[in-house]
Amino acid sequence: MSSKLVVNSNINGQDVEFLIEPQQSLLEILRDAFGLTGTKEGCNDGNCGACSVLFDNRLVNACLVLGVEIEGRKVVTVEGLANINELHPVQEAFVVEDGLQCGYCTPGFIVSTKALLDQNPDPSDDEIRFWLAGNLCRCTGYDKIVKAVRHAARLMNEAR
Amino acid sequence: MKDFTYVSPSSIGEVVGLLSENEGCAALLAGGTDLLVQLRNTNSDVDVVIDVKKISQLNDISYDVDNGLSVGAAVPCSQIYQSDIILEKYPIIIDAASIIGGKAIQNRASFGGNVCNSSPSGDAIGAMMALGATCEIVGSNGVRTVPINEFFIAPGKNILMTDEILVALKVPPPKQYSGSGYIRFTPRAEMDIAVAGVGSYLEVDRKSDQILSARIALVAVAPTPVLSTSVAQMLIGNTPIENTIQMAASLAQESISPITDVRGTAAQRKHLIGVLTKRSLNLAVSRVK
Ligand SMILES: Cc1cc2nc3c(=O)[nH]c(=O)nc-3n(C[C@H](O)[C@H](O)[C@H](O)COP(=O)(O)OP(=O)(O)OC[C@H]3O[C@@H](n4cnc5c(N)ncnc54)[C@H](O)[C@@H]3O)c2cc1C
Ligand code: FES
Ligand code: FES
Repeated sequence: MSSKLVVNSNINGQDVEFLIEPQQSLLEILRDAFGLTGTKEGCNDGNCGACSVLFDNRLVNACLVLGVEIEGRKVVTVEGLANINELHPVQEAFVVEDGLQCGYCTPGFIVSTKALLDQNPDPSDDEIRFWLAGNLCRCTGYDKIVKAVRHAARLMNEAR
Repeated sequence: MKDFTYVSPSSIGEVVGLLSENEGCAALLAGGTDLLVQLRNTNSDVDVVIDVKKISQLNDISYDVDNGLSVGAAVPCSQIYQSDIILEKYPIIIDAASIIGGKAIQNRASFGGNVCNSSPSGDAIGAMMALGATCEIVGSNGVRTVPINEFFIAPGKNILMTDEILVALKVPPPKQYSGSGYIRFTPRAEMDIAVAGVGSYLEVDRKSDQILSARIALVAVAPTPVLSTSVAQMLIGNTPIENTIQMAASLAQESISPITDVRGTAAQRKHLIGVLTKRSLNLAVSRVK
């Protein structure tokens, strides 16, 4: 077995130090070492988006990042979006618009939507669908997700 | 995933040293969108993973009028399509960068990784071949530069030696009155791999409107992406009107003998190459400036 490495990073605003084997993915680390099970494993090969997280503010698939790569960098997961008192507007919008059924894909969609709205506060339906093409949902048929994203954009623009 | 050692050197020299030491058992890691999937799903003999993202030369995009464009091998697609100089001078590169995977993949996937993974369906390869790019490679014997159409050997196989790293893709400065475009066909609009793709480049004489030079790269219809010399030759001397483009499309169809696989049948690929050759040539013509 390869030797363990010490990694220093910032996850959801907290500085952390942990031991890791080089072949462990960021997804494994988040779930198994930190108990951040909001980030899901769907496919483990970059196709489903259930593992979407922000890596230095950029959307990535945690299954396709090695845990060691986050040394000195920042990671935000779905758990890092809300504060203790209220949901993040994107979460709020998914609840209000029923943008989920089983919910397995939802954390990925929420993180991906946050990345979209940070970059484009008023996306068209086409832009929403293209942006979210890397997130798969087997339940909703997507329409309600698109509605939720539009709702989230409104909430966030009102708060600005 | 099988266990391995991870290193992230900051110079090309160190990488070449590590590659020589671990002959054949080391793999370079850029965005990992091909490599990590392969390490997870195949019986690999990789013992050392060398992350190349801390090497500054591999992360740079630079341009000057004499030497043209240099895209560092590890620059991710999202950085490529945010580059103003690429948008202005080489829109075909944006065509490819913006269709590789979805947004999360584009934040990681590099053109260098696409080229070195050497898939017959590599979209970045199609665009770079049409532009006549060259690969800047460094190994224990120093630097060598190889035209991208001589880089590929077979699916997943290329001319890189076990001690070599691709440093950058170089593209000559755009000629006046030239244009280019890359188009592929996928069943899904996004997040899918090309059933077939075509990258076209044209340079025209402004006075006579004759085509002075052309490159047509065909993707996912042969063991590696290929330049069709017969189509390029046919185009030269003709004017880029509908008739010429139709002839080029038919010739492109004749020039290939694609296979049937999970993504599409041979017949479908032949048909698609005709349509895509036409469309990418029209796109290239519309961009001539
Ligand atoms: C969901 C998904 C969708 C995708 N969609 C597309 C698509 O639409 N079109 C497409 O063409 N591809 C697609 N791909 C494949 C992949 O994303 C691309 O090939 C990508 O460009 C690879 O780049 P990377 O930086 O991730 O490479 P890596 O995975 O890091 O490396 C790929 C290979 O190149 C080698 N390598 C990397 N850098 C160097 C270097 N500097 N010198 C020498 N060798 C090197 C590695 O060792 C490895 O063998 C997709 C992949 C996924 C997971
Ligand atoms: S688990 Fe990472 S994309 Fe599916
Ligand atoms: S709500 Fe079930 S997969 Fe999306």
